[in-house]
Amino acid sequence: MTISIDRTRCAGHGLCAELLPELIRLDDWGYPIIQPGPVPEHLAAHARRALAACPALALRLSQQTPRFDSGTSQRSSRR
Amino acid sequence: MNLFDGPDPRAGAESLADHERRLGPLAPARAGLIEAIERSGLLGRGGASFPVGAKWRSVAGRSGGPAVVLANGAEGEPLSRKDQLLMWARPHLVLDGARLAADAVGADRVLLYVGEEHRSAAGALARALAERPAAQRRRFAMVAAPARYVAGEESAAVHFVNDGVAVPTATPPRPYERGVEGRPTLVQNVESLAQAALVARGGGAGTVLLTVAGAVQRPGVVEVPAGTTVGEAVGRAGGASASPRAVLLGGYFGTWLEVGEAWRLPLDPAALRAAGGSLGCGVVSVLPASASPVEETARIMRTLAAESVAQCGPCFFGLRALADACGRLAARRPEPDDLLRLGRWSAEVRGRGACRHPDGAAGFLQSALRVFAYEFAAAAGAGRRAAA
Repeated sequence: MTISIDRTRCAGHGLCAELLPELIRLDDWGYPIIQPGPVPEHLAAHARRALAACPALALRLSQQTPRFDSGTSQRSSRR
Repeated sequence: MNLFDGPDPRAGAESLADHERRLGPLAPARAGLIEAIERSGLLGRGGASFPVGAKWRSVAGRSGGPAVVLANGAEGEPLSRKDQLLMWARPHLVLDGARLAADAVGADRVLLYVGEEHRSAAGALARALAERPAAQRRRFAMVAAPARYVAGEESAAVHFVNDGVAVPTATPPRPYERGVEGRPTLVQNVESLAQAALVARGGGAGTVLLTVAGAVQRPGVVEVPAGTTVGEAVGRAGGASASPRAVLLGGYFGTWLEVGEAWRLPLDPAALRAAGGSLGCGVVSVLPASASPVEETARIMRTLAAESVAQCGPCFFGLRALADACGRLAARRPEPDDLLRLGRWSAEVRGRGACRHPDGAAGFLQSALRVFAYEFAAAAGAGRRAAA
Protein backbone atom coordinates (compact mmCIF):
# COMPACT_ATOMS: atom_id res chain seq x y z
CA MET A 1 0.00 0.00 0.00
CA THR A 2 1.30 3.46 -0.89
CA ILE A 3 0.09 6.99 -0.15
CA SER A 4 -0.24 9.60 -2.84
CA ILE A 5 -1.58 13.13 -2.91
CA ASP A 6 -3.66 14.97 -5.46
CA ARG A 7 -1.68 18.20 -5.29
CA THR A 8 -4.39 20.13 -7.06
CA ARG A 9 -6.72 19.41 -4.11
CA CYS A 10 -4.30 19.66 -1.18
CA ALA A 11 -4.70 23.01 0.59
CA GLY A 12 -2.09 22.45 3.28
CA HIS A 13 -4.41 21.79 6.24
CA GLY A 14 -1.69 19.57 7.68
CA LEU A 15 -3.86 17.01 9.48
CA CYS A 16 -2.15 14.15 7.67
CA ALA A 17 1.21 15.06 9.17
CA GLU A 18 -0.33 15.16 12.65
CA LEU A 19 -1.98 11.79 12.25
CA LEU A 20 0.89 10.07 10.46
CA PRO A 21 4.12 11.84 11.47
CA GLU A 22 6.09 8.63 10.83
CA LEU A 23 5.55 9.02 7.08
CA ILE A 24 4.44 12.59 6.49
CA ARG A 25 6.11 15.86 7.40
CA LEU A 26 5.27 19.40 6.35
CA ASP A 27 7.40 21.75 4.27
CA ASP A 28 8.02 25.38 5.23
CA TRP A 29 4.62 26.36 3.78
CA GLY A 30 2.62 23.63 5.48
CA TYR A 31 2.30 21.23 2.57
CA PRO A 32 2.94 17.52 3.13
CA ILE A 33 6.10 15.69 2.11
CA ILE A 34 5.55 11.96 1.99
CA GLN A 35 8.30 9.50 2.65
CA PRO A 36 8.62 7.40 -0.51
CA GLY A 37 7.92 3.70 -0.46
CA PRO A 38 5.14 1.45 0.80
CA VAL A 39 3.26 2.03 4.06
CA PRO A 40 4.53 -0.43 6.69
CA GLU A 41 1.88 -2.87 7.91
CA HIS A 42 1.79 -1.49 11.45
CA LEU A 43 0.98 2.02 10.16
CA ALA A 44 -1.80 0.98 7.77
CA ALA A 45 -4.59 1.90 10.21
CA HIS A 46 -3.01 5.32 10.86
CA ALA A 47 -2.69 5.90 7.13
CA ARG A 48 -6.39 5.15 6.63
CA ARG A 49 -7.26 7.53 9.47
CA ALA A 50 -5.15 10.30 7.88
CA LEU A 51 -6.90 9.69 4.56
CA ALA A 52 -10.33 9.98 6.16
CA ALA A 53 -9.37 13.13 8.07
CA CYS A 54 -8.17 15.14 5.04
CA PRO A 55 -10.64 18.03 4.65
CA ALA A 56 -9.70 18.42 0.98
CA LEU A 57 -10.04 14.70 0.15
CA ALA A 58 -6.57 14.93 -1.38
CA LEU A 59 -5.00 11.75 0.00
CA ARG A 60 -5.18 8.42 -1.75
CA LEU A 61 -4.10 4.96 -0.77
CA SER A 62 -3.39 2.51 -3.52
CA GLN A 63 -2.27 -1.08 -3.72
CA GLN A 64 0.01 -0.57 -6.69
CA THR A 65 2.88 1.75 -7.45
CA PRO A 66 1.53 5.30 -7.60
CA ARG A 67 1.34 6.82 -11.05
CA PHE A 68 1.60 10.38 -9.82
CA ASP A 69 3.06 12.35 -6.95
CA SER A 70 4.33 10.14 -4.20
CA GLY A 71 7.24 12.30 -3.20
CA THR A 72 9.53 10.43 -5.55
CA SER A 73 10.46 11.93 -8.86
CA GLN A 74 9.62 9.62 -11.71
CA ARG A 75 10.09 11.03 -15.18
CA SER A 76 6.94 11.35 -17.17
CA SER A 77 6.21 12.82 -20.51
CA ARG A 78 5.61 16.51 -20.74
CA ARG A 79 4.47 18.19 -23.91
CA MET B 1 16.49 14.10 -45.44
CA ASN B 2 16.19 17.31 -43.39
CA LEU B 3 13.24 19.40 -42.22
CA PHE B 4 14.63 22.51 -43.87
CA ASP B 5 15.78 20.95 -47.15
CA GLY B 6 14.45 22.97 -50.07
CA PRO B 7 13.96 26.73 -50.08
CA ASP B 8 15.49 28.95 -47.39
CA PRO B 9 13.14 28.74 -44.38
CA ARG B 10 13.39 32.52 -43.96
CA ALA B 11 11.59 32.88 -47.30
CA GLY B 12 8.35 31.77 -45.65
CA ALA B 13 5.87 28.95 -46.17
CA GLU B 14 6.52 26.35 -48.83
CA SER B 15 3.36 25.84 -50.90
CA LEU B 16 1.66 22.45 -51.22
CA ALA B 17 2.73 22.25 -54.87
CA ASP B 18 6.39 22.91 -54.02
CA HIS B 19 6.24 20.59 -51.02
CA GLU B 20 4.86 17.71 -53.11
CA ARG B 21 7.21 18.39 -56.02
CA ARG B 22 10.14 18.14 -53.63
CA LEU B 23 9.06 15.21 -51.47
CA GLY B 24 6.36 13.49 -53.51
CA PRO B 25 2.78 13.20 -52.33
CA LEU B 26 2.22 11.62 -48.96
CA ALA B 27 1.03 8.01 -49.15
CA PRO B 28 -1.52 6.99 -46.50
CA ALA B 29 0.08 5.66 -43.32
CA ARG B 30 1.24 2.15 -44.12
CA ALA B 31 1.15 -0.76 -41.75
CA GLY B 32 4.49 -0.79 -40.03
CA LEU B 33 4.84 3.00 -39.77
CA ILE B 34 4.91 2.85 -35.98
CA GLU B 35 7.65 0.20 -36.17
CA ALA B 36 9.59 2.40 -38.60
CA ILE B 37 9.34 5.33 -36.20
CA GLU B 38 10.47 3.12 -33.34
CA ARG B 39 13.42 1.92 -35.42
CA SER B 40 14.36 5.52 -36.22
CA GLY B 41 14.77 6.16 -32.49
CA LEU B 42 12.82 9.41 -32.80
CA LEU B 43 12.38 11.07 -29.42
CA GLY B 44 9.80 13.79 -28.70
CA ARG B 45 11.02 17.32 -29.36
CA GLY B 46 8.68 19.18 -27.02
CA GLY B 47 10.90 18.84 -23.97
CA ALA B 48 10.49 15.40 -22.42
CA SER B 49 12.35 13.39 -25.11
CA PHE B 50 9.78 10.60 -24.81
CA PRO B 51 10.03 7.95 -27.58
CA VAL B 52 7.55 8.91 -30.31
CA GLY B 53 6.86 5.38 -31.57
CA ALA B 54 6.00 4.14 -28.08
CA LYS B 55 3.64 7.07 -27.60
CA TRP B 56 1.78 6.37 -30.86
CA ARG B 57 1.55 2.71 -29.97
CA SER B 58 0.06 3.43 -26.55
CA VAL B 59 -2.70 5.56 -28.15
CA ALA B 60 -3.29 3.10 -31.01
CA GLY B 61 -3.74 0.30 -28.50
CA ARG B 62 -6.59 2.03 -26.60
CA SER B 63 -10.25 1.46 -27.05
CA GLY B 64 -12.70 4.18 -25.99
CA GLY B 65 -13.76 5.49 -29.36
CA PRO B 66 -11.81 7.09 -32.15
CA ALA B 67 -8.67 8.83 -30.90
CA VAL B 68 -7.72 12.52 -31.19
CA VAL B 69 -4.37 13.95 -32.27
CA LEU B 70 -3.31 17.24 -30.71
CA ALA B 71 -0.40 18.74 -32.66
CA ASN B 72 1.39 20.79 -30.04
CA GLY B 73 2.73 24.10 -31.31
CA ALA B 74 2.14 26.04 -28.09
CA GLU B 75 5.89 26.74 -27.72
CA GLY B 76 5.58 28.60 -24.42
CA GLU B 77 9.29 28.33 -23.61
CA PRO B 78 10.50 31.95 -23.70
CA LEU B 79 13.81 31.20 -25.44
CA SER B 80 12.49 28.76 -28.04
CA ARG B 81 11.64 29.75 -31.63
CA LYS B 82 12.06 26.49 -33.54
CA ASP B 83 8.41 25.35 -33.55
CA GLN B 84 7.25 28.77 -34.78
CA LEU B 85 9.77 28.73 -37.61
CA LEU B 86 8.90 25.16 -38.56
CA MET B 87 5.13 25.86 -38.67
CA TRP B 88 5.76 29.08 -40.58
CA ALA B 89 8.23 27.74 -43.15
CA ARG B 90 7.20 24.05 -43.49
CA PRO B 91 3.51 23.93 -42.60
CA HIS B 92 2.85 21.01 -44.95
CA LEU B 93 5.44 18.85 -43.24
CA VAL B 94 3.62 19.45 -39.94
CA LEU B 95 0.24 18.68 -41.55
CA ASP B 96 1.67 15.51 -43.15
CA GLY B 97 2.96 14.34 -39.77
CA ALA B 98 -0.34 15.09 -38.06
CA ARG B 99 -2.22 13.23 -40.77
CA LEU B 100 0.05 10.19 -40.52
CA ALA B 101 -0.28 10.20 -36.73
CA ALA B 102 -4.07 10.33 -37.05
CA ASP B 103 -4.05 7.38 -39.47
CA ALA B 104 -1.62 5.40 -37.33
CA VAL B 105 -3.46 5.85 -34.01
CA GLY B 106 -7.00 5.74 -35.44
CA ALA B 107 -7.95 9.40 -34.88
CA ASP B 108 -10.84 11.16 -36.61
CA ARG B 109 -9.88 14.60 -35.27
CA VAL B 110 -6.64 16.57 -35.45
CA LEU B 111 -6.30 19.74 -33.40
CA LEU B 112 -3.56 22.18 -34.37
CA TYR B 113 -2.80 23.77 -31.00
CA VAL B 114 -0.69 26.86 -31.72
CA GLY B 115 0.42 29.55 -29.24
CA GLU B 116 -1.88 32.57 -29.60
CA GLU B 117 1.12 34.90 -29.80
CA HIS B 118 2.60 32.90 -32.72
CA ARG B 119 0.33 34.59 -35.25
CA SER B 120 2.43 34.17 -38.37
CA ALA B 121 2.93 30.47 -37.65
CA ALA B 122 -0.80 29.95 -37.10
CA GLY B 123 -1.54 31.91 -40.27
CA ALA B 124 0.83 29.77 -42.32
CA LEU B 125 -0.74 26.56 -40.99
CA ALA B 126 -4.25 27.84 -41.71
CA ARG B 127 -3.28 28.79 -45.28
CA ALA B 128 -1.57 25.43 -45.78
CA LEU B 129 -4.71 23.67 -44.56
CA ALA B 130 -6.78 25.63 -47.07
CA GLU B 131 -4.55 24.24 -49.85
CA ARG B 132 -5.45 20.68 -48.90
CA PRO B 133 -8.41 18.81 -50.42
CA ALA B 134 -11.66 19.20 -48.47
CA ALA B 135 -11.76 15.50 -47.58
CA GLN B 136 -8.42 15.85 -45.78
CA ARG B 137 -9.28 19.16 -44.18
CA ARG B 138 -12.42 17.90 -42.51
CA ARG B 139 -10.55 16.21 -39.67
CA PHE B 140 -8.52 19.32 -38.79
CA ALA B 141 -9.31 22.26 -36.52
CA MET B 142 -7.13 25.06 -35.21
CA VAL B 143 -7.02 25.95 -31.51
CA ALA B 144 -5.20 29.01 -30.13
CA ALA B 145 -3.14 28.06 -27.06
CA PRO B 146 -3.00 30.68 -24.27
CA ALA B 147 0.37 32.42 -23.93
CA ARG B 148 1.36 30.72 -20.69
CA TYR B 149 4.31 28.51 -19.96
CA VAL B 150 2.27 25.51 -18.83
CA ALA B 151 -0.29 25.73 -21.66
CA GLY B 152 1.88 23.34 -23.69
CA GLU B 153 2.01 20.68 -20.95
CA GLU B 154 -0.02 17.83 -22.35
CA SER B 155 -2.69 17.52 -19.67
CA ALA B 156 -3.08 21.33 -19.68
CA ALA B 157 -3.55 21.32 -23.46
CA VAL B 158 -6.26 18.66 -23.16
CA HIS B 159 -7.89 20.52 -20.25
CA PHE B 160 -7.96 23.71 -22.33
CA VAL B 161 -9.63 22.01 -25.29
CA ASN B 162 -12.19 20.32 -23.03
CA ASP B 163 -12.98 23.09 -20.54
CA GLY B 164 -11.15 26.24 -21.63
CA VAL B 165 -8.73 26.05 -18.69
CA ALA B 166 -5.07 25.67 -19.71
CA VAL B 167 -4.01 24.23 -16.36
CA PRO B 168 -2.53 20.76 -15.82
CA THR B 169 -4.75 18.12 -14.29
CA ALA B 170 -3.80 15.48 -11.77
CA THR B 171 -2.80 12.26 -13.46
CA PRO B 172 -3.85 9.50 -14.00
CA PRO B 173 -5.62 9.36 -16.33
CA ARG B 174 -3.03 10.61 -18.80
CA PRO B 175 -4.16 12.01 -22.16
CA TYR B 176 -3.32 8.80 -24.03
CA GLU B 177 -5.84 7.03 -21.79
CA ARG B 178 -8.53 9.69 -21.57
CA GLY B 179 -7.98 13.06 -23.22
CA VAL B 180 -10.00 15.31 -25.48
CA GLU B 181 -13.71 14.51 -24.96
CA GLY B 182 -12.63 11.55 -22.87
CA ARG B 183 -11.07 9.89 -25.91
CA PRO B 184 -7.51 8.55 -26.17
CA THR B 185 -5.43 11.54 -27.25
CA LEU B 186 -1.98 11.77 -28.77
CA VAL B 187 -0.34 15.05 -27.75
CA GLN B 188 2.73 15.43 -29.95
CA ASN B 189 5.06 18.35 -30.54
CA VAL B 190 4.98 19.73 -34.11
CA GLU B 191 8.68 19.05 -34.77
CA SER B 192 8.18 15.42 -33.72
CA LEU B 193 5.28 15.18 -36.19
CA ALA B 194 7.31 16.74 -39.00
CA GLN B 195 10.15 14.31 -38.30
CA ALA B 196 7.66 11.42 -38.44
CA ALA B 197 6.55 12.67 -41.88
CA LEU B 198 10.17 12.34 -43.05
CA VAL B 199 10.48 8.86 -41.54
CA ALA B 200 7.34 7.83 -43.47
CA ARG B 201 9.15 8.92 -46.66
CA GLY B 202 12.22 6.89 -45.83
CA GLY B 203 14.14 9.48 -43.80
CA GLY B 204 15.86 8.70 -40.56
CA ALA B 205 14.96 11.52 -38.14
CA GLY B 206 18.65 12.34 -38.15
CA THR B 207 18.49 16.05 -37.37
CA VAL B 208 17.34 18.29 -34.53
CA LEU B 209 16.08 21.85 -34.56
CA LEU B 210 17.83 24.15 -32.11
CA THR B 211 17.20 27.70 -31.02
CA VAL B 212 20.62 29.24 -30.41
CA ALA B 213 20.29 32.27 -28.14
CA GLY B 214 22.23 34.57 -25.82
CA ALA B 215 25.73 35.80 -26.56
CA VAL B 216 26.01 34.58 -30.16
CA GLN B 217 26.54 36.50 -33.41
CA ARG B 218 23.32 35.42 -35.14
CA PRO B 219 20.73 34.18 -32.64
CA GLY B 220 18.10 32.00 -34.26
CA VAL B 221 17.03 28.54 -35.32
CA VAL B 222 19.42 26.04 -36.88
CA GLU B 223 18.93 22.46 -38.02
CA VAL B 224 21.89 20.24 -37.17
CA PRO B 225 22.60 16.52 -37.46
CA ALA B 226 21.99 14.69 -34.19
CA GLY B 227 25.33 14.40 -32.46
CA THR B 228 26.55 17.87 -33.44
CA THR B 229 28.40 19.33 -30.48
CA VAL B 230 27.22 22.42 -28.62
CA GLY B 231 30.31 24.27 -29.85
CA GLU B 232 29.52 23.41 -33.49
CA ALA B 233 25.87 24.48 -33.00
CA VAL B 234 27.02 27.83 -31.64
CA GLY B 235 29.33 28.03 -34.66
CA ARG B 236 26.30 27.65 -36.94
CA ALA B 237 24.89 30.77 -35.25
CA GLY B 238 28.04 32.70 -36.12
CA GLY B 239 29.95 31.77 -32.97
CA ALA B 240 29.97 33.38 -29.55
CA SER B 241 29.78 37.17 -29.54
CA ALA B 242 31.60 37.46 -26.23
CA SER B 243 33.78 35.23 -24.09
CA PRO B 244 31.36 32.49 -22.95
CA ARG B 245 30.99 31.47 -19.31
CA ALA B 246 28.27 28.80 -19.43
CA VAL B 247 25.58 27.30 -21.64
CA LEU B 248 21.93 26.84 -20.74
CA LEU B 249 20.79 23.69 -22.50
CA GLY B 250 17.08 22.97 -22.89
CA GLY B 251 15.64 26.35 -21.96
CA TYR B 252 14.18 27.53 -18.65
CA PHE B 253 13.52 23.92 -17.66
CA GLY B 254 17.00 22.98 -18.73
CA THR B 255 20.47 22.63 -17.32
CA TRP B 256 23.39 25.03 -16.95
CA LEU B 257 26.69 23.58 -18.11
CA GLU B 258 30.21 24.87 -17.67
CA VAL B 259 31.34 26.12 -21.07
CA GLY B 260 34.32 23.73 -21.17
CA GLU B 261 32.07 20.76 -20.44
CA ALA B 262 29.31 21.91 -22.79
CA TRP B 263 31.33 22.75 -25.90
CA ARG B 264 32.25 19.16 -26.78
CA LEU B 265 28.92 17.65 -25.73
CA PRO B 266 27.02 15.99 -28.61
CA LEU B 267 23.46 17.28 -29.05
CA ASP B 268 21.88 13.91 -29.51
CA PRO B 269 18.74 13.29 -27.43
CA ALA B 270 19.75 9.72 -26.61
CA ALA B 271 23.38 10.58 -25.82
CA LEU B 272 22.38 13.53 -23.63
CA ARG B 273 19.92 11.36 -21.77
CA ALA B 274 22.63 8.82 -21.17
CA ALA B 275 24.81 11.64 -19.83
CA GLY B 276 22.04 12.67 -17.40
CA GLY B 277 21.10 15.78 -19.38
CA SER B 278 18.37 16.50 -21.87
CA LEU B 279 17.98 18.27 -25.14
CA GLY B 280 14.70 19.57 -23.75
CA CYS B 281 13.06 21.75 -26.36
CA GLY B 282 16.37 22.34 -28.15
CA VAL B 283 17.43 25.67 -26.68
CA VAL B 284 21.17 26.40 -26.56
CA SER B 285 21.73 29.72 -24.79
CA VAL B 286 25.20 31.16 -24.23
CA LEU B 287 25.90 33.18 -21.07
CA PRO B 288 28.80 35.61 -21.53
CA ALA B 289 31.54 35.88 -18.89
CA SER B 290 30.57 39.54 -18.46
CA ALA B 291 27.08 38.63 -17.15
CA SER B 292 26.25 37.81 -13.54
CA PRO B 293 25.19 34.16 -13.36
CA VAL B 294 23.35 34.78 -10.07
CA GLU B 295 21.34 37.63 -11.60
CA GLU B 296 20.55 35.58 -14.71
CA THR B 297 19.45 32.64 -12.57
CA ALA B 298 17.30 34.94 -10.40
CA ARG B 299 15.68 36.46 -13.48
CA ILE B 300 14.71 33.06 -14.88
CA MET B 301 13.50 31.83 -11.48
CA ARG B 302 11.23 34.89 -11.23
CA THR B 303 9.68 34.00 -14.58
CA LEU B 304 9.22 30.34 -13.60
CA ALA B 305 7.64 31.35 -10.27
CA ALA B 306 5.27 33.74 -12.04
CA GLU B 307 4.35 30.97 -14.48
CA SER B 308 3.20 28.65 -11.71
CA VAL B 309 -0.56 28.46 -12.15
CA ALA B 310 -0.95 28.44 -8.35
CA GLN B 311 -2.75 25.13 -8.41
CA CYS B 312 -0.38 23.14 -6.19
CA GLY B 313 0.98 24.63 -2.94
CA PRO B 314 4.58 23.36 -3.13
CA CYS B 315 4.96 24.84 -6.64
CA PHE B 316 3.24 28.16 -5.96
CA PHE B 317 4.85 28.90 -2.58
CA GLY B 318 8.09 27.00 -3.19
CA LEU B 319 9.03 28.61 -6.50
CA ARG B 320 8.15 32.06 -5.19
CA ALA B 321 10.35 31.53 -2.12
CA LEU B 322 13.18 30.20 -4.30
CA ALA B 323 12.91 33.16 -6.67
CA ASP B 324 12.89 35.61 -3.74
CA ALA B 325 15.99 34.02 -2.19
CA CYS B 326 17.77 34.11 -5.58
CA GLY B 327 16.77 37.74 -5.94
CA ARG B 328 18.20 38.63 -2.51
CA LEU B 329 21.48 36.88 -3.38
CA ALA B 330 21.65 38.65 -6.74
CA ALA B 331 21.11 41.99 -4.97
CA ARG B 332 23.81 41.05 -2.43
CA ARG B 333 21.26 41.37 0.37
CA PRO B 334 20.71 37.72 1.34
CA GLU B 335 19.20 36.45 4.55
CA PRO B 336 21.70 34.30 6.49
CA ASP B 337 20.29 30.94 5.37
CA ASP B 338 19.39 31.76 1.77
CA LEU B 339 22.02 29.60 0.12
CA LEU B 340 21.16 26.59 2.30
CA ARG B 341 17.48 27.18 1.67
CA LEU B 342 18.01 27.12 -2.10
CA GLY B 343 19.55 23.67 -1.80
CA ARG B 344 16.88 22.31 0.54
CA TRP B 345 13.80 23.84 -1.07
CA SER B 346 14.85 22.94 -4.62
CA ALA B 347 15.14 19.29 -3.53
CA GLU B 348 11.82 19.45 -1.67
CA VAL B 349 9.62 20.85 -4.45
CA ARG B 350 10.55 18.08 -6.88
CA GLY B 351 7.78 15.63 -7.70
CA ARG B 352 5.22 17.61 -5.71
CA GLY B 353 3.07 19.17 -8.40
CA ALA B 354 0.35 17.83 -10.67
CA CYS B 355 2.70 18.58 -13.58
CA ARG B 356 6.48 18.81 -13.93
CA HIS B 357 6.68 22.59 -13.56
CA PRO B 358 8.27 22.51 -10.08
CA ASP B 359 10.63 19.72 -11.19
CA GLY B 360 11.77 21.71 -14.20
CA ALA B 361 12.41 24.82 -12.12
CA ALA B 362 14.18 22.83 -9.40
CA GLY B 363 16.42 21.06 -11.92
CA PHE B 364 17.32 24.39 -13.50
CA LEU B 365 18.20 25.93 -10.13
CA GLN B 366 20.17 22.91 -8.93
CA SER B 367 22.30 23.05 -12.07
CA ALA B 368 22.91 26.76 -11.38
CA LEU B 369 24.01 26.00 -7.81
CA ARG B 370 26.41 23.39 -9.18
CA VAL B 371 27.91 25.35 -12.08
CA PHE B 372 27.90 28.75 -10.35
CA ALA B 373 28.79 27.45 -6.87
CA TYR B 374 31.54 30.04 -6.52
CA GLU B 375 29.35 32.98 -7.55
CA PHE B 376 26.48 31.92 -5.27
CA ALA B 377 28.87 31.46 -2.34
CA ALA B 378 30.38 34.89 -3.02
CA ALA B 379 26.91 36.45 -3.09
CA ALA B 380 26.05 34.80 0.22
CA GLY B 381 29.41 35.89 1.66
CA ALA B 382 28.87 39.47 0.54
CA GLY B 383 25.62 39.45 2.50
CA ARG B 384 27.38 38.16 5.61
CA ARG B 385 30.09 40.83 5.37
CA ALA B 386 27.48 43.53 4.90
CA ALA B 387 25.61 42.31 7.97
CA ALA B 388 28.77 42.19 10.13
